[in-house]
Amino acid sequence: MGVGIEVTNLNAWYGANHTLQDINLPIPANHATALIGPSGCGKSTFVRCLNRMHETNPIARVTGSVRIGDLDIYADASPVEVRRRVGMVFQRPNPFPTMSIYDNVASGLKLNGYSNRKALDEIVERSLKHAALWDEVKDDLKKKSGASLSGGQQQRMCIARALAVDPEVLLMDEPASALDPVSTSKIEDLIFQLKSQYTIVIVTHNMQQAARVAEKTGFFLNGRMVEFDSTHKIFTNPSDKRTEDYITGRFG
Amino acid sequence: MLACAASIFCIVAFIASELISQSQMSWHASGLAFFYKFNVDPQTGLPLFWDPVNGVFYALPFLYGTLVSSLVALVIAVPLAVGVAIFLTEMCPGFLRGPLAFLTELLAAIPSVVYGLWAIFILVPLLREHISPILIDIFGASGVVKLFGWTGLVGDNGLFGGVNLGLGLLTAGVILAIMILPIIASLTREVMSTVPHSQREAALALGATRWEMIRIAVLRNARIGIVGSIILGLGRALGETMAVAMVIGNTAEIHRSLLSTGHSMASVIANEFAEATSDLHRSALVEIGLALFVVTILVNGLARLLVWAVTRGNPVRVH
Amino acid sequence: MKAAIPKNRMRDNMRTATDHLATGLAILATILVVAPLFAIFGYLIYKGASSLNLAFFTQIPKPEGEVGGGMANAIVGSGVLLAIASCLGVPIGIGGGIYLAEFGRGTRLANAIRFTADVLNGVPSIVMGIAAYALIVVPQHRFSAFSGGVALGIMMIPTVTRTTEEMLLMVPNSVREAALGLGVPNWRSVLSITLRTASPGVITGCMLAFARVAGETAPLLFTALGNQFWSLSPSHEIAALPLQIYIYAISPYDDQHRLAWAGSLVLIALIVLAVSLVRYVASRGILKGAS
Repeated sequence: MGVGIEVTNLNAWYGANHTLQDINLPIPANHATALIGPSGCGKSTFVRCLNRMHETNPIARVTGSVRIGDLDIYADASPVEVRRRVGMVFQRPNPFPTMSIYDNVASGLKLNGYSNRKALDEIVERSLKHAALWDEVKDDLKKKSGASLSGGQQQRMCIARALAVDPEVLLMDEPASALDPVSTSKIEDLIFQLKSQYTIVIVTHNMQQAARVAEKTGFFLNGRMVEFDSTHKIFTNPSDKRTEDYITGRFG
Repeated sequence: MLACAASIFCIVAFIASELISQSQMSWHASGLAFFYKFNVDPQTGLPLFWDPVNGVFYALPFLYGTLVSSLVALVIAVPLAVGVAIFLTEMCPGFLRGPLAFLTELLAAIPSVVYGLWAIFILVPLLREHISPILIDIFGASGVVKLFGWTGLVGDNGLFGGVNLGLGLLTAGVILAIMILPIIASLTREVMSTVPHSQREAALALGATRWEMIRIAVLRNARIGIVGSIILGLGRALGETMAVAMVIGNTAEIHRSLLSTGHSMASVIANEFAEATSDLHRSALVEIGLALFVVTILVNGLARLLVWAVTRGNPVRVH
Repeated sequence: MKAAIPKNRMRDNMRTATDHLATGLAILATILVVAPLFAIFGYLIYKGASSLNLAFFTQIPKPEGEVGGGMANAIVGSGVLLAIASCLGVPIGIGGGIYLAEFGRGTRLANAIRFTADVLNGVPSIVMGIAAYALIVVPQHRFSAFSGGVALGIMMIPTVTRTTEEMLLMVPNSVREAALGLGVPNWRSVLSITLRTASPGVITGCMLAFARVAGETAPLLFTALGNQFWSLSPSHEIAALPLQIYIYAISPYDDQHRLAWAGSLVLIALIVLAVSLVRYVASRGILKGAS
C-alpha cells in the first residue's frame, strides 16, 4: 500500500545555483502524480530530493521538509533508510551488467539480508509479473545478463528491481524517454496498473503521457511549482497563464 | 615515421634473437633440464644448482626466488593498492584527492636502486629486529604448531623458520610490494572511474550503503580491469632487479622459509654477468634472461589485454 | 511509513558497521601506502642532506677505505649516457608517436605497434642490458658508455612513442582541418602545426622518459660498467649516478654509504623535479592556444 508525501518549503541548491525554490506539494497516496515542465526547471532535482539522491552530489544542499507517510525523511532517517523504502527508476535503464536478470531483480533483496532461495524466487517472479516482463524472460532468468535485454525490457527489469523491495513510493524520472514507442506504451500501461498499489511520482516532458497515466499533475518552471491540480484541469483549464503557455506549446 | 614506429617491432625481434643466440651454448649443454634439474653436492648431500666454478648451471633456485618474492609482494600489495584506489575514487574528499594521487605516483618515480638502498639500511633491520620475530613467534607457537603442523608451514621448518638474517625472500617481497603498489593502485583507479555513474546511482537508489554500492556497482563491473592491473603489477615484480639484488641475499638455494636468502632471475644476472667466469656461465645467464623476457612479455601482454578490454582502447598510461 | 521488508535492527546495524569498517580499512590502506613514501624521503633527506657538500659535486670517489670524495664523475657520466640515450630514443620515439597518431590512426598495424610498445615497457631493463651487451660490447670487446647509452635509448623509445602519440591525439581535429583547408599537404601540416601545438606535451613526455631512464641501473651493469675516474669518452667505461649508488650501497664502508645516500637524494631531487614539472604543465593545459 502506498503512502502520501507532504513536501513543505523545499529548497535545493547545486552549489550556488538555487535549483528549487519554496516547493510546497501534497502528493496523494496510491495515485500517480506527474511533474511536467521545460528542461532545466528542476523537476528531476525535486524527485531526487524525495529519496535523498540529490545529496549524493557533494555540492548539493537541501532545506525544508519532506514527509513520506509519517516519516520526516531528512530529520528522522538516514539516506540509506529512506532509499530502502522509496524506489527509483531512472531515465536510462541501468541494469547491473555483470548480474543475471534474476540477480538484478533480487539485488535489493539480497542487500537486505534475504537469503532464503524460495522466498527470493517468489519475490523475483512476482516483481517481474508486476513489471509485465515475466513471460518474456522466465526461461532465461539466470542465464541471461541484465544488460543483454532490449532497452524497453531493461527498463521494465529496472522497475521490477525497484518493486522487489516493496517500496511504498515509486519515483520515475522520465522512465520512457530513452525508449521506443512500443516500449513506452507498455510502461505507461504498467504505471496505470501499479498506481493502485504504490504512490507513483513520474517526471515527464511528454504531456500526453502525463495526461494518460496521472491523476494529478504539477507544472514546474524555473525551480518553482507554478500549478498543481488534477490532470484534467491542468490540461483543459489551467489557472496560471504560464501553465497555459507551456501546455499549448508556446515555449518549452 | 613508419620506420620509427616499426622500430618497436625490430627492437623486440632483435632482443629476442640476441637472447636466443647468446643462450645457445647453455641450451645445448642442458636443454630443458636447465629449469628443473639439480646435482647433489658430494660434500653436504644437499642439492646443488648453480656452481660457476665447477660448471654447474641449473636455474631452478632463481625461478623459485622470483616466484616466491613476487607472490609475497602481491599478497601484500594487492589489498593495499585496491584499498587506496577505493579510497581515492569513492571516499576521498575532493581537496585531498589530487595531493594523495600525486604522492602515490611519486612512489612510482623512485628508482629501484634507491629503494634498494633504503631497504638495506632501514627495511632489513626493521624486519630483522621487529617484524620477523613476531612472525616467528606466531608461526612457531606450540599451539599453532600442534594445529597446523601438518601443513609444513609452521614451526622451525616452516614459512618463518630458520635463521633470521633480515635479508631474504620476505624482505625482497616487501620492497617489491612497495614498488608495485603505485602501478596497481593507479590502474585500478582508472578502471574504477570508467564505471558509469548511473551504476552507482542504481545501487544507491536500492538503499545500499556506500560500501555495498562500491561492492556491487563498482568493483563488480571493474573486476576484469582490476585483475589486469594486478597482473601488470606481477609483471613488474617479476622483472625488478636492483632492489631485489640488494636484499635477497644472493644465494642460489631453495629453502621453504621466507626468512631464508635466495636469488631471483633478474638479480643473479645483475650480480654475475659482468664477471662471468666462462662462456658457458654467461650463456646460462642469458638463458635465464631469455626466460625472464618470455615470461614478462606473456604476463604483460595478458594484463594489457584485460585492461584494454575494460577501458576500450582509451589510452591508459602506465610507466 | 511502514517498511515492507521487516525491519531488522541487528541486520541494519551490521550493514552500517560493515560500511564503517570498509571505510576504515580503505583509510588504513592509504596511510600504509603513503607512509613508506614519507619514510623513504625522510631518510633520504636526513641521511643524504648532511653529506651534500661542494666536494660531492666536484670530486671523484676516493680509493676504498678513504673518507671523503664525491660523485662528480658519476653525475657527469650520467649526463653523457642520457645524452647518447636521448639522441637515440627521442627522435625515433617522436617519429613513432607521430606515425601512430597521425598516419596510422585506427589501423591494425598501429594498434599492434601500440600494444607491443606497452608490452616492451614492461620488459625488465636488465634484458635490455643484455641486448646492448650483445649488440655492442661483444663485437667491440670492451665495455663502453656508448653501449650503456644505447641500452637506455632503447628503453626510451616505447615510452616516448606512446607519450608523443597521446599528446598528438589531444590536439583537436579542428587544428588539422584548418591547416588542410589552407592547402598545406598532409605531412607538412602535421609537422609544422600539430607538432608545434602539442610540443609542450611532447617535451614533457620526453622528460618523463628521461627521468625514468636516469634512475636505471641494471642495464648499465655490464655495458657502461662504471668508472672510478673521470671519463667522458663514449668508447670507454663510464660512471653513472645510479650505478655508483649501487656500488657504494653494497660496500662495507660507512663513508661510502653516506655518499650513496647523498647520491640518492640528488637523483631523487632531479626526478621529482621532472615529474612535478610534467604535472604542472599538464594541469595548466598543454594545448593553450590550440582551440
